[in-house]
Amino acid sequence: MNRAYIDRCRRREQSALPALWDLLDRVRDPEIPVLSIWDLGVLHDVAEEQGRVVVTITPTYSGCPAMETIRSDIEQVLGEAGVGPLEIRTRLAPAWSSAWISPEGCARLREYGIAPPEQCAADADGLTPDAGVLCPRCGSADSRRVSEFGSTACKALFRCNACGEPFDYFKTI
Amino acid sequence: MNDDDSKQATLAYALRLGDDSLVLGQRISEWVSNAPFLEEDIACGNVALDYIGRARLYYGYAAELAADGRDEDDFAYLRSAREFRNYLIYELPRGDFAFTQVRQLLVDLFNTGYLAALAGSRDATLAAIAAKAIKETRYHLRRSREWVLRLGDGTGESHRRTQKALDDLWGYTHELFEPDALELRLAAAGTGVDTAALKPEWKRALAAVLNEATLSLPADDWAVRGGRTGYHTENLGHLLTQLQSIHRAYPGCRW
Repeated sequence: MNRAYIDRCRRREQSALPALWDLLDRVRDPEIPVLSIWDLGVLHDVAEEQGRVVVTITPTYSGCPAMETIRSDIEQVLGEAGVGPLEIRTRLAPAWSSAWISPEGCARLREYGIAPPEQCAADADGLTPDAGVLCPRCGSADSRRVSEFGSTACKALFRCNACGEPFDYFKTI
Repeated sequence: MNDDDSKQATLAYALRLGDDSLVLGQRISEWVSNAPFLEEDIACGNVALDYIGRARLYYGYAAELAADGRDEDDFAYLRSAREFRNYLIYELPRGDFAFTQVRQLLVDLFNTGYLAALAGSRDATLAAIAAKAIKETRYHLRRSREWVLRLGDGTGESHRRTQKALDDLWGYTHELFEPDALELRLAAAGTGVDTAALKPEWKRALAAVLNEATLSLPADDWAVRGGRTGYHTENLGHLLTQLQSIHRAYPGCRW
């Protein structure tokens, strides 16, 4: 298990506002609704500063349009629960990594039909491998990368040679 | 440099980087729905989005430094061509697919060195943006490299077009490695990047790809400059006319 995830778990466990972390589990990635922002690793911290609730998030890709939706969903969920005043802070460094996705999140991705980044060794250069990603439908490792870039910024497109189905792979970054 | 000078210099620098990203992002986005096949179409859209995202981060930082009420949209939509400071190579029309991929290879290699250096900037925000962007650029580079290999070492026709694209682009690469006074000042302060220092490695890495792609490195017999001083090719005005049209027609409009 990776260090960044352990640190994030610790922040959540030691937080003075556990109920807000739980509430924010309702905020989902709009493109991949099986993942909460916690699972995705976007939710960095929830804290109180001078009477304000500060939610800190780390964007996934520079231009990911989902981040706008995520911000407004955070406002909506906390607003409906009467939490406020609220400030949402964007934190760029350290840059988000696919290694931050929670183990539960990886399992949910697979069930949803997207191969998670943890399941295979990336290329030596840390990028998406050419082949060998486990097919989320039939489990075969006999797969081939069709395209470096998939339906969203965070995914590459693969095809399984065993079952013949195309599938998305959540890129290592 | 006093604090205010330093802030103004960093603001100008952030705007340049924002302009580079926005203009190239817009150019690449022109392939959406026009690319050779579906997967490539999607890839172009993704790469364009990474650049537009970068532009937003740089412009957002510029707005913070300006602290005069302007926001990222003001920088993107309400400045004229003469006020843009992007390198000329980014504004050139997309050309054919070979041209687009050769340009991408040239700038991906450039950005690989540039962003790695900027990630060590003493300016925490610029460093953070660079550290994020370089992860995306590694993916861009792998794709542009693969395409240049495939096209260069492909059919007679694809080889001819790829070599022509390289020849046509070559004169626009020189200004990438000619930092002006502002950039040298910021580089000396540990904030910016001295691009002259990046050239040997850029050229070495490029020559390796070209060699494998059976392409020839063009001669350094012509150069066009001016992006960083606001002297652009006629192409930028056309690009901005399209990019800014909605915002100009409906001032202050939001999605």
